[in-house]
Amino acid sequence: MAKTIFDKIWDSHIVKNIPEGPSILYIDRHFIHEVTSPQAFSGLEKRGRKVLRPKQTFATCDHNVPTLNQDKPIEEPTSRIPIEKLAQNTRKHKIKYFPLGHPSNGVVHIIGPELGITQCGMTIVCGDSHTSTHGALGNIAFGIGTSEVEMVLATQTLLQSKPLQMLIEVNGKLQKGVCAKDLILHIISKMGTSGGTGYFIEFAGSTIENLSMEERMTVCNMSIEMGARGGLIAPDKKTFDYLEGLFYSPKKEEWDRSVKKWSELKSDLGAKHHAAYCFNACEIEPMVTYGTNPGMGIPVTSKIPLSLTDNDSPINKSSTKKSSKIEQSNNETPSYIKALKYMGFMPGMPIAGLSIDYVFLGSCTNGRIEDFRAFASIVQGRKKDPNIIAWLVPGSKKVEKEIEEEGIGHILREAGFEIRQPGCSACLGMNEDKIPANKYAVSTSNRNFEGRQGPGARTILAGPLIAAVAAITGKINDPREFLP
Amino acid sequence: MSIPKFTILESAAVLMPAQNIDTDQIIPARFLKTTSREGFGENLFYDWRYNNNGEPIKEFVLNTPQGRGTILVAGHNFGCGSSREHAAWALADYGFRAVVSSFFADIFRNNALNNGVLPVQVSEQFLQQIFKNSALNTNKKELNNNLNTNNSLINNPILKIDLMKKEILNVATGQKENFEINSYKQECLIKGQDDIDYLISNLDEIEKYEQYKTSY
Ligand code: SF4
Repeated sequence: MAKTIFDKIWDSHIVKNIPEGPSILYIDRHFIHEVTSPQAFSGLEKRGRKVLRPKQTFATCDHNVPTLNQDKPIEEPTSRIPIEKLAQNTRKHKIKYFPLGHPSNGVVHIIGPELGITQCGMTIVCGDSHTSTHGALGNIAFGIGTSEVEMVLATQTLLQSKPLQMLIEVNGKLQKGVCAKDLILHIISKMGTSGGTGYFIEFAGSTIENLSMEERMTVCNMSIEMGARGGLIAPDKKTFDYLEGLFYSPKKEEWDRSVKKWSELKSDLGAKHHAAYCFNACEIEPMVTYGTNPGMGIPVTSKIPLSLTDNDSPINKSSTKKSSKIEQSNNETPSYIKALKYMGFMPGMPIAGLSIDYVFLGSCTNGRIEDFRAFASIVQGRKKDPNIIAWLVPGSKKVEKEIEEEGIGHILREAGFEIRQPGCSACLGMNEDKIPANKYAVSTSNRNFEGRQGPGARTILAGPLIAAVAAITGKINDPREFLP
Repeated sequence: MSIPKFTILESAAVLMPAQNIDTDQIIPARFLKTTSREGFGENLFYDWRYNNNGEPIKEFVLNTPQGRGTILVAGHNFGCGSSREHAAWALADYGFRAVVSSFFADIFRNNALNNGVLPVQVSEQFLQQIFKNSALNTNKKELNNNLNTNNSLINNPILKIDLMKKEILNVATGQKENFEINSYKQECLIKGQDDIDYLISNLDEIEKYEQYKTSY
């Protein structure tokens, strides 16, 4: 029978199917961090269990960490204690841990691919919803809760029901000045925040094939913002080139064997997805969000819609379910008004020209080297707006190093920016990097929920180009007017 | 270890008609720093519940007499966003045993089930009926207050959830609906068993799989 790439990976990881219930799914790679693992280790100990396969779990600290003075002890005890716990737990259970300052430390979804821990055709989980990022290399990767972290530690498996599958095809050429973040914000704005719930998404089409690995990660990263369990892209030569020679990648004969095996990872001709949507890349413009969920996105050149229905829908190819955005629109009005009030916006006002207070470049969505290159391409030869507070936070130590090696650090400092140290930082504001109440932040992260970046913070999600323009002009503007 | 057993639950409904309530609202990130599972209930819905000075916001449902009950009823797409299980712990710690909505985000659904909090997915129409009931009751309340009569009539709608029958009943209207849950999970909740014990009992098969891992 014709199988999708998802079927191929899923079926080969089934230990057992429970009649009328979920399946026991084998997990190849497990990432842990300081926030969602301590309770899992204590649960394990209460049961008197050991970690079954310590070599398949990798740990980093990222959510809580300060992004300055990482060489000094962390002062705040509530941030320090979970990190100390992680060090103890990983030592005790012989799990590989990349502590603060380690050359491989960084945001969990950045370091996985970067080190070759994330490969192809794997099942990958982590107690963080953006685990979907790893799908960019052709994996079933998804976020789990802490009880599930404990299950994986104890048994290297999870109980999962097979999700439905959705195909999102994007074809055509992206305009100059339009990046992967714009592409995914555009798709989410059409699908709505629950349009993908219950589904696992396969992204395909010429536009997706032409994206770099970093850009593919940005797309898969945010697939969960439409409610999907995860997103994946079939691996190709670009994927194999990316992985070749990385620290944990297979070597020599094993590499050849792996590439041969991974080359089978595509959806067969005639394989069925339960729903399919099609997007045209040429129609996509640089995007920003104006509301309090990632589905509330518009082209930077347009006005804030008068209502949520004021948005056309994607081309529906073959769907068993209508986009829930379309179904729901009637009773979303109160939430819509609440969102605009929170953001301090009026329906119908243009978003371009809005004055900004903060800029955050970073996170597992846009904290990779390409994002810093894109940001620097606009900043080069210009100066930071003195009224803007800018937090430029590399996603990992490796990205931090590349920034300096490529001379990007020099360009950014010349323009008046400071580069901080790796971590999740203002993506969720668990450390000191919080946006104050009522301040506007252009953020390259993935969530603009109320209070996500700090109580009362007003988040505008965008790609690295719009973030760069905001940092030098103090305003939201069309990045195409600033391209080198 | 085990989770609390769930069979039949009857309670006044605590109503939060907002849609897309994400886990950052249920429990903001800055409260995730403790390393135990307990005590999250006090920070449940913190930013909606307290103002900047930490004083309770009077109108927010959890700060009103209508905030007492063990069944939370919320708008479409409850629990979206971050995978933090702390959201389920906070709801359970506060005392909720079930959440009723017309739609749940995937990860939240699993997290809730793993903590003995039952997500009950109902039709949009059934959900709106519950909210409408309460609006009627509120009108009644104003009437009662004006007449200065006994307030005991004034309550949010009572819901009865029967997990064995997979059925939810709106006691005031008599409206009933069946909800879905797979038989494995249903049995786990009725018996109070968790997934980890089940998986551990399958370790032999897991090791066998590791030896004979199939290719794609
Ligand atoms: S950067 Fe943000 S989304 Fe990514 S892992 Fe960290 S907190 Fe989660």
